[in-house]
Amino acid sequence: MTTPPEGAPGGTPGGVPDSTSKPSDEKLPGKQPPAGEPAGEPTPDDQASLPARLGEERLEEPVARTGMFGVTTTGDTSGYGRLQVHRPPLPAAEPPYGGYFDAIARGLGSALQADGVDFNDAIERVTTDFGELTFYLRRVHLVAVMDKLLHDPDLRFEIFGGVSGVHYPGDVGRELHAVYHLASITHNRRVRLEVAAPDADPHIPSVTSVYPAANWHERETWDFFGIIFDGHPALTRIEMPDDWPGHPQRKDYPLGGIPVEYRGTKVPPPDERRSYS
Amino acid sequence: MSSTDTHATPGATDAEADATEGRVYNLAGGDWDDVVTDDTDRGFNEQIVVNMGPQHPSTHGVLRLILTLEGETVTDARASIGYLHTGIEKSMEYRTWTQGTTFITRADYLTPMFNEATYCLGVERLLGIEDRIPERAQIIRVLMLELNRISSHLGGIGPFGLELGATTIFLQGVRFRENVLDLFELITGLRMNHAFIRPGGVAQDLPAGGLEAIRDFLRKAPKWIADLRKLIDSNAVFIARTKGIAYLDLEGCMALGVTGPILRATGLPWDLRKSQPVMGYETYEFDVPTTDTCDTYGRYLIRMLEIEQSLRIVEQCVERLADRASVANDPWLIQDAKIGWPARLSLGPDGMGPSPEHIAHIMGQSMEALIHHFKLVTEGFRVPVGQAYVPVESPKGELGCHVVSDGGTRPYRAHLRDPSFHHMQAVSMMCEGGNLADVIPAIASIDPVIGGVDR
Repeated sequence: MTTPPEGAPGGTPGGVPDSTSKPSDEKLPGKQPPAGEPAGEPTPDDQASLPARLGEERLEEPVARTGMFGVTTTGDTSGYGRLQVHRPPLPAAEPPYGGYFDAIARGLGSALQADGVDFNDAIERVTTDFGELTFYLRRVHLVAVMDKLLHDPDLRFEIFGGVSGVHYPGDVGRELHAVYHLASITHNRRVRLEVAAPDADPHIPSVTSVYPAANWHERETWDFFGIIFDGHPALTRIEMPDDWPGHPQRKDYPLGGIPVEYRGTKVPPPDERRSYS
Repeated sequence: MSSTDTHATPGATDAEADATEGRVYNLAGGDWDDVVTDDTDRGFNEQIVVNMGPQHPSTHGVLRLILTLEGETVTDARASIGYLHTGIEKSMEYRTWTQGTTFITRADYLTPMFNEATYCLGVERLLGIEDRIPERAQIIRVLMLELNRISSHLGGIGPFGLELGATTIFLQGVRFRENVLDLFELITGLRMNHAFIRPGGVAQDLPAGGLEAIRDFLRKAPKWIADLRKLIDSNAVFIARTKGIAYLDLEGCMALGVTGPILRATGLPWDLRKSQPVMGYETYEFDVPTTDTCDTYGRYLIRMLEIEQSLRIVEQCVERLADRASVANDPWLIQDAKIGWPARLSLGPDGMGPSPEHIAHIMGQSMEALIHHFKLVTEGFRVPVGQAYVPVESPKGELGCHVVSDGGTRPYRAHLRDPSFHHMQAVSMMCEGGNLADVIPAIASIDPVIGGVDR
């Protein structure tokens, strides 16, 4: 299995792959054909999840990490020092998404259409991994989408589940992610929204005008990640002291700590211990 | 102490300080009326800004409230938090997935089991092992969660009484709660901070005599509840301090995304155990109590009624565990040697640790077993790339953990959506326009735990 089968995605070397350019018959990695189907000739779909095919795809992605066992100095007796691990391709689901996910996508699509916004313009990627629906939004459309999700009778996501920041220093150009979890009591549904902003321009519109309860959550995300929520009524630190330098949950912010003596030997602080990932 | 010592500008005279800071009153003693009556410049409606906390005994930990008062009326209430921020989420990024339970259990320290449960459910979803969790583990989880719900509600009701000046309510509530903590100690070895629920199941089986101890508790608990309700429910002072106080109706709850007892006190029976059940909650019989008073008293009543429902669930768990007593080799941790960690635990004289049989096996019989044990303990297991959010209905509302993995052996990010943090935002809405004294029942009715708010 050295030649990739027909229809292998081109990919964009060195950059973030545009998942929308992938052919629509592309299966998600790890997605297995339903059990009970008669075993026959492997179709291109089946081959999509073969390890060799996945390995080929992965080579086109940027390098996620090098080496292994946390060895950074000489004395690499493991032989893994020059290992390069590429990031797995970003998953993207194609409709139908299954279950109530389609109802949400349709409802949001038509609600946005009424305002003259195209669904594919606002949402760059959709995933349904692990049975959870995620919309990856372009940040300019965040408030409009939130507004529809709360107020449209077909959507009605009343419960704001907080903002969770995630820092991906390796995701160049979109290092800072803000993840929103919403729940609908009316329809008993859940959805997750994810927006990204570059480190150089860490601005994401505030959703406090739609969800007043986002107030503290956005302050927390500003405090810990340095994401500036434009339009927030009072974006101040909430957990750290007001004069604290830096944003502690970012990956470039050290954990800190001192070596601790234990039974005659020194145990280094947690972020200086050997790590395996 | 002369009044010059009290000015923000050191050494400033009263006149200078009054010009820059506003009038400063020295309250070293005496009557407030004497202080202000000879002060003709002061209007009657002057606002006073008061700091309540962070060390005030009624602030459930170290919460600071900045209250603007007009007489005794609160015109502005702002909560200030962060005094108990310990960086739990950051620390978890430097430990293995299993070690993460040790940290997250300490977030909201009155609901440790719920913190562990939502985290572990997220990790299990990422691992794709949700269907492979042993039945016994799920029953023990539900059992522990419901016992924890009882202890958390009692930890809310008891101190609530104390804050209103009723020491008896506090002592009776805490005495009742002690019995739940005794059960925890018997089962997990610890009264708090258990790290008992682990990715893949629970740390260990119920000990010998565990079921009998729970049965004994179930026999006595209804009387304790009845006594508590007799003490509180129709107490004239308690009713005067709680009925119609801190009113937040359904509209307000919806606008603020409030869940838990506060939402159920508006009459909406929203409970994740019913609407989005995990861990087999759909197979248990229980009711979701509601009231429509939208006030502090209603929230108290919901908690009391939920304790009764939790006892029902605990009873069903005990029945199921008793029925499974005859099942041979009934595991409580996933039967997957790559995930089920630690390999085998037992309670020794110096606490919980690997069982003597396991030590004998890895140290004396099998080199491969030793290597495996070493790898699993020091390196941990890898979790596939992705993110998950599996909320549970904690005693305080929707508690969820956003778990992100980059495919490594450590959480890339774990964020706790804590209901206390979320609900503290409702303090302004509940307190403004009310009496200063009503701020205390308002906060108590949210039942915040600052460990969870600040993490």
